[in-house]
Amino acid sequence: MATKEYSFYPGCSSERRSSASNYMVSVNTMCKTLDIKLNEIPDWNCCGASIGYADGGELPRHVMNARNIALSQQHNAGQDIVATCAACWLGAKESVERLSKSEQLLADTQSILADVGLKVDIDEKTAGGVRHMVEVLIEDFGYDALAAPVKKPLEGLKIAGYVGCQTNRPFGIDGESFENPKYLDKMVEVMGAEPADKYEQKVTCCGGALAFSEPEKSQAQIKDIVESAYDHNADMIVTPCPVCQMNVEVYQENINKTYATKFDMPVVYYSQLMSVAYGSSAVDAGLDGQVIRTKKLEAIANK
Amino acid sequence: MTATDMSPTEKYRNNFLREVEAHVEEGEWVKMCMQCGVCSGSCPLGNAWQHPPQELFMMIRASKRDEVLASESMWMCTSCYNCITRCPRGLPITHIMHGLANYANRLGLAPKMNPTRRFAKIFWDNIAVTGRVNETKLSLKLYFMDGVVTGVKRAFAMKNVGLGMLRTGRLNPFALFRPGGIKGKRDLQKMLARAYDIEDKRKGFN
Repeated sequence: MATKEYSFYPGCSSERRSSASNYMVSVNTMCKTLDIKLNEIPDWNCCGASIGYADGGELPRHVMNARNIALSQQHNAGQDIVATCAACWLGAKESVERLSKSEQLLADTQSILADVGLKVDIDEKTAGGVRHMVEVLIEDFGYDALAAPVKKPLEGLKIAGYVGCQTNRPFGIDGESFENPKYLDKMVEVMGAEPADKYEQKVTCCGGALAFSEPEKSQAQIKDIVESAYDHNADMIVTPCPVCQMNVEVYQENINKTYATKFDMPVVYYSQLMSVAYGSSAVDAGLDGQVIRTKKLEAIANK
Repeated sequence: MTATDMSPTEKYRNNFLREVEAHVEEGEWVKMCMQCGVCSGSCPLGNAWQHPPQELFMMIRASKRDEVLASESMWMCTSCYNCITRCPRGLPITHIMHGLANYANRLGLAPKMNPTRRFAKIFWDNIAVTGRVNETKLSLKLYFMDGVVTGVKRAFAMKNVGLGMLRTGRLNPFALFRPGGIKGKRDLQKMLARAYDIEDKRKGFN
């Protein structure tokens, strides 16, 4: 298969020594195997994330995203934008949608971009060119093509597919149901592991940014998400979202103190499962970045 | 005095719905709510809202301006988008909640001590200057927002989280001393200043 190229929007959490740096390591490894070339948008900025609305309002947030779209169109012309972070994908796509529907917002945005020598090209089709990495894998490759490079099937592992919110709602992946999307389970299956397909917390919210501001409420959500994985005898949880990954993984010790539980459930990214199944080392799959070590996956990587 | 000279309060006295329609993100949808309550029942933090979305919509129509804008409720939104995908009338409820929170905030009517409002401000100040999130500064500013004593307590309660992230290379202690961010930060600051200016004029904040 020929190399596929995309304009890449990595997002703040993917930067070196940031909260999702292990995600980025595994995405690079996975893309090498699948012959995906990611052309980073030069000097991209933050999308405003899901908490930006309070002080960012509408126009300032849309302007931030429009700058990224404009830079992508200028430097990576004709390429779809791909984000690995759920919030980056949502923020960019939502801004494009809103700008394509409001002449006033678009005119204001263009005039502001013009001040710094930029220009954005937005019509109804532009939003379709802002995509999540999982969308690219499923729609541009498909499950069979994702299964083809598997060298070390993840045999004997049972994995709970935690889809979360923003990779799922409001846009959805590949036309799947919002209430019970199956794509993560299918990805687990093609990597040779067993999906916990009755995992009922797969689209429960982890609290998102409120894990910082309302920790008790958020941790009550996370408790349900982790507990259900144990109920279904899962060895680990897999997720496509950096906020989900961090929230569900790093607060387990605090939850254990509050609820007298004994949680020690690894939480990995789909790209880490794929990297290991494709034969990478534990380090190239970013597994040294797990706060809760995933020994079973490391064992397969070290095999 | 012409209509445009009046403050929003005077112009829309006893008609808060019209004010919301004119100034709140996606506010023109509020009148479409049929009070079914699916949004309230779908919200992950639903029981933490003093007035869940369906109730807020009815309060807007009943012109309960002060109660709505001073409410902690919208600040409980986690942006999970459950309500949006389930609303039988297709109201963009998440965006309306964000819009109400933003509007209350800009008017200075939002609850001052609400932790999510305060966190949102710390977050926006963090990204608007440099163009990217500095996670180290963000977490420390949040822990220490109520002073040193509370900050040390909070940081201590969360020390296992911080140490875990540090040990696995997912937290950068040196980021505390480096502004970081994008090369075009001056451009971005200029863009945001103008965006604020235009939005303030359009929404009648100045």
